[in-house]
Amino acid sequence: MPLLKKLVGAALILGGVGAVAGWLLSAPVKLDAETLAQLGPGDAARGKRIFNAGGCTSCHAKPGSQSDARLQLVGGLQLKTPFGTFVPPNISQDAKDGIGAWSVEDLANAMLKGVSPSGEHFYPAFPYPSYARMRPADIADLYAFLKTLPAVAGKAPGHSLSFPFNIRRGLGLWKRLYLSKEPVIAFPEGTPAPVMAGRYLVEGPGHCGECHTPRAFTGGTKKSEWLAGAAAAEGNGIVSNITSGEGGIGKWSEADIANYLETGFTPEFDSASGAMVDVQKNMAELTPDDRAAIAAYLKAIPPHPNGYQARRKTAN
Amino acid sequence: MRKLVIAISMLGLVGSAAFADPILDRQALMKERGKIAGGLSKVVNGQEPFEAAAVLTALQALQANAEKLDIDALFPAGSDAGDTTAAPKIWEDMAGFKAVHAKYLADVKAAVAAAPADVDALKAQFDTLGSDCGTCHQTYRIKKG
Repeated sequence: MPLLKKLVGAALILGGVGAVAGWLLSAPVKLDAETLAQLGPGDAARGKRIFNAGGCTSCHAKPGSQSDARLQLVGGLQLKTPFGTFVPPNISQDAKDGIGAWSVEDLANAMLKGVSPSGEHFYPAFPYPSYARMRPADIADLYAFLKTLPAVAGKAPGHSLSFPFNIRRGLGLWKRLYLSKEPVIAFPEGTPAPVMAGRYLVEGPGHCGECHTPRAFTGGTKKSEWLAGAAAAEGNGIVSNITSGEGGIGKWSEADIANYLETGFTPEFDSASGAMVDVQKNMAELTPDDRAAIAAYLKAIPPHPNGYQARRKTAN
Repeated sequence: MRKLVIAISMLGLVGSAAFADPILDRQALMKERGKIAGGLSKVVNGQEPFEAAAVLTALQALQANAEKLDIDALFPAGSDAGDTTAAPKIWEDMAGFKAVHAKYLADVKAAVAAAPADVDALKAQFDTLGSDCGTCHQTYRIKKG
């Protein structure tokens, strides 16, 4: 059977080439020297703004902690998703259990490339596909602010994921599809400055799209339904459509949006719920200009109908 | 402010109407709560002038509303199914749910007892009440499509 032998041989060679290619293509890639050179010295006061815009405490504070205790970034929250349970780690300044021993370059590689100091991929439950759009100088500022926070001992437990999601290396291929520093929404020349500033906050540090945009089966966000609302990653609820499309916030004025981010109350005087409660508290720490910029951006993006399935109406 | 008082007097009618459906009843109470709070927020934001008597009336209306939210009657077992945004967590942790509502009621009563004399005093109370909304909704409410 020379033909069969040939075919088997060809399949083996192709398989081998595929495996090698897959291995090479999935390799973690760190930042280049040019990007690292843009980090600069970093400023803690400016970094505090980035810290609040990013809402780091929402995932990394000890679950259930309040006020100043939320600055103890010990991790340990359990994010139960269809892929398995993700546990945000300790990112306090503890040198052993946290990130106290990290350099600013380490933080930049983590946030902009999703790569750990030891050269492994992070899971995108850590929303680096959004952070990848951030300016390196803002990472340096954030690093300076994180340095002012306490060191807290205690390692959070590891993730508990099902196959094949437990293979970190596979994320290298995923990143080739979804990791980009390019903005999601392109605006023409002459777009007002607040819209552009809002785009940076929403698409970058604010990582709003991570929850408010529906995901493909691969786990990547659907840019064609950007911020259209989505089934919640945890539980059976939904995350609101924050475009001006049907079901969204088209009737809200920019002032309504800014007021919601400041106070947590909608124009109908309903209040934020679920994970948005903590997000809103972080947004309340931003300046009025930043909140107005976010509002301007949300009013400027393409409208979409709800990105989640309508609930079946139950008979009364 | 006169508008606020009129709105509250009209709400009284809504609040007293019994729907005999716990989901509709509790939703009516929460909507009423939002409307009263919304009126107060206009005073806090300076969109309407501070008038002590009208503000006190609004706070008293909030107290009456909170006292009407009888959790045992309005959140019976099984009423997480249907057209509701009440989270299953309510029935998993009924004691915790009751505790956050008890805190809200206590904060409303304290505001009524203190009878705010100026907008700053009202603002401090209003911030406390607003954070109570968030505390409860964070855990015990789930958004649905």
